[in-house]
Amino acid sequence: MSLSAPLVLGIESSCDETGVGIVRGTELLVNAVASSMEEHVRFGGVIPEIASRAHLDAFVPTLESALKDAGVTLAEIDAIAVTSGPGLSGALMVGVSAAKALALATGKPLYAINHLVAHVGVGILDGGELPENLGALLVSGGHTEILQVNSLTSDVRLLGATIDDAAGEAYDKVARLLGLGYPGGPVIDRIAKEGDPKAIRFPRGLTLPKFVGTEENPGRHRHDFSFSGLKTAVARCVEQYQKRGEEVPVADIAASFQEAVVDVITSKAVRACRENGLTNLLLGGGVAANSRLRELLAARCASAGITLRVPPHSLCTDNGAMVAALGAQLVDDGVLPTGLGFSTDSGQPVSLISLAV
Amino acid sequence: MLVLAIDTSANASAALLESTDSTVTVAGSFTSSVGNDHSEVLSPAIESLLAQAGGRIPDAIAVGVGPGPFTGLRVGLATARTLGFVWGIGVHGVMSLDAVALDAVAQGPAGEFTVAIDARRKELYWARYDNTGVLVGGPYVTVAEELPAGPVYGAGGGLYAERLAAVGAEVVPGFESAHPGAVSLGTRAVRALASGQPLLGTEPLYLRESDAKVPAVMKGKLL
Repeated sequence: MSLSAPLVLGIESSCDETGVGIVRGTELLVNAVASSMEEHVRFGGVIPEIASRAHLDAFVPTLESALKDAGVTLAEIDAIAVTSGPGLSGALMVGVSAAKALALATGKPLYAINHLVAHVGVGILDGGELPENLGALLVSGGHTEILQVNSLTSDVRLLGATIDDAAGEAYDKVARLLGLGYPGGPVIDRIAKEGDPKAIRFPRGLTLPKFVGTEENPGRHRHDFSFSGLKTAVARCVEQYQKRGEEVPVADIAASFQEAVVDVITSKAVRACRENGLTNLLLGGGVAANSRLRELLAARCASAGITLRVPPHSLCTDNGAMVAALGAQLVDDGVLPTGLGFSTDSGQPVSLISLAV
Repeated sequence: MLVLAIDTSANASAALLESTDSTVTVAGSFTSSVGNDHSEVLSPAIESLLAQAGGRIPDAIAVGVGPGPFTGLRVGLATARTLGFVWGIGVHGVMSLDAVALDAVAQGPAGEFTVAIDARRKELYWARYDNTGVLVGGPYVTVAEELPAGPVYGAGGGLYAERLAAVGAEVVPGFESAHPGAVSLGTRAVRALASGQPLLGTEPLYLRESDAKVPAVMKGKLL
């Protein structure tokens, strides 16, 4: 099947968002998202079992509202796409089971697609076709990756990734330490504006020469990230103030922490682009909303001659429209659907853009 | 009436049942041989059952709502709810232990009996039935010693036979490894529908909350 503007329904359930999106080729028709975020607030992080329960209850209502708002019927849909990984296994299985049932009952082809590549594919809904020489920086509560996108539907490579916590996870953990609640990203971003980003010099993970090496002789973690040590450094810092009976300078710690995260992400992303001939960079993931990340990344990309593209926030966070957008590109390029027999893959590598039959 | 039955409280299972006023015929059935492939095998199995039945769309769906391990249970429920939505047909919930109870009644128990399956974490999911298969207590999740004396049907009995014997609960031979299955579950649903008895909704019977504990720092305690 090869269609110029296929009508594709996309389903996302890899974390705490239940998303159903519908696109016609590169045109976004609807992006319905139900989030269980409120239920995770008291825990300070996403609880997989709670997220999975919420997906089960949210799926059919979200599907129904997406179809209604888009004004399309299931009979008109050309294909269905669903995130098969990476993500939380129990959460993925709800979306995948529902997607399989949907494909079975409608007789439509089903594509099992990669969540991370979908974060890149969503770019086509905002500004059309993706440029050549494209890199992608994905920063969220579950992911921190730099990708090289040679072809959205056939050749995506991982240049670097976090070896421990994701950046957004570090924000959540630090917000917990500082008593700022959940989610940590928006509140730290806000409070950081009142603090001094140079007050405390927190460690920049994996920036030592032994990890980074040189362009000719790269170290093992040249383009990789680590935020677990940074979180611990913040915890020790807070402890020191408490031990001395001093007030914890929350704004300065927030600003200094944020600067450490954003500094290392932006410098590594720009270096990875430069060394791989990538002149365009797409930013995705929930942390793309962070004001300091956007500011510093824009400045460093500009200095390096890299054109930065940031989709609107509702398309950067997890959603079904991105899954549909990538699905439409796969249909368009004549990639064969996956069928009903596949398994979820919580660690699906970016090289598996869609699962083979 | 053609009824699609699904149960994923143990191994994934599905069945197509054809019923008339007085009879229930199994048109086809599937049970997975392993316990951890629900999301892979369920939809393909239903697809082939429907194909064997000439591609007819069922008139109703019966789905096991547990109790059972959560992830597998949700696969069945997400599948049933979505199929019901697309086909525009009713989806009826059946407590999964009822499926084993139906098989137990066929053995002609003398009085009340217990159905028990493995709930993991050294506990059992169990319920009490009268000798005609009517639910009289449960479902519960407890350790084996909490079960009442008398006959026990189901794989939970086989798992803790000695501990059950100590409290006077006797595992019924032939039922030591019996699990809820779609054929019995669907049969139970078809009979209930035919006689106008109410069935359940499709809310899962988890019987346990998620294990997550609120961290100390979230209770207002810094470090």
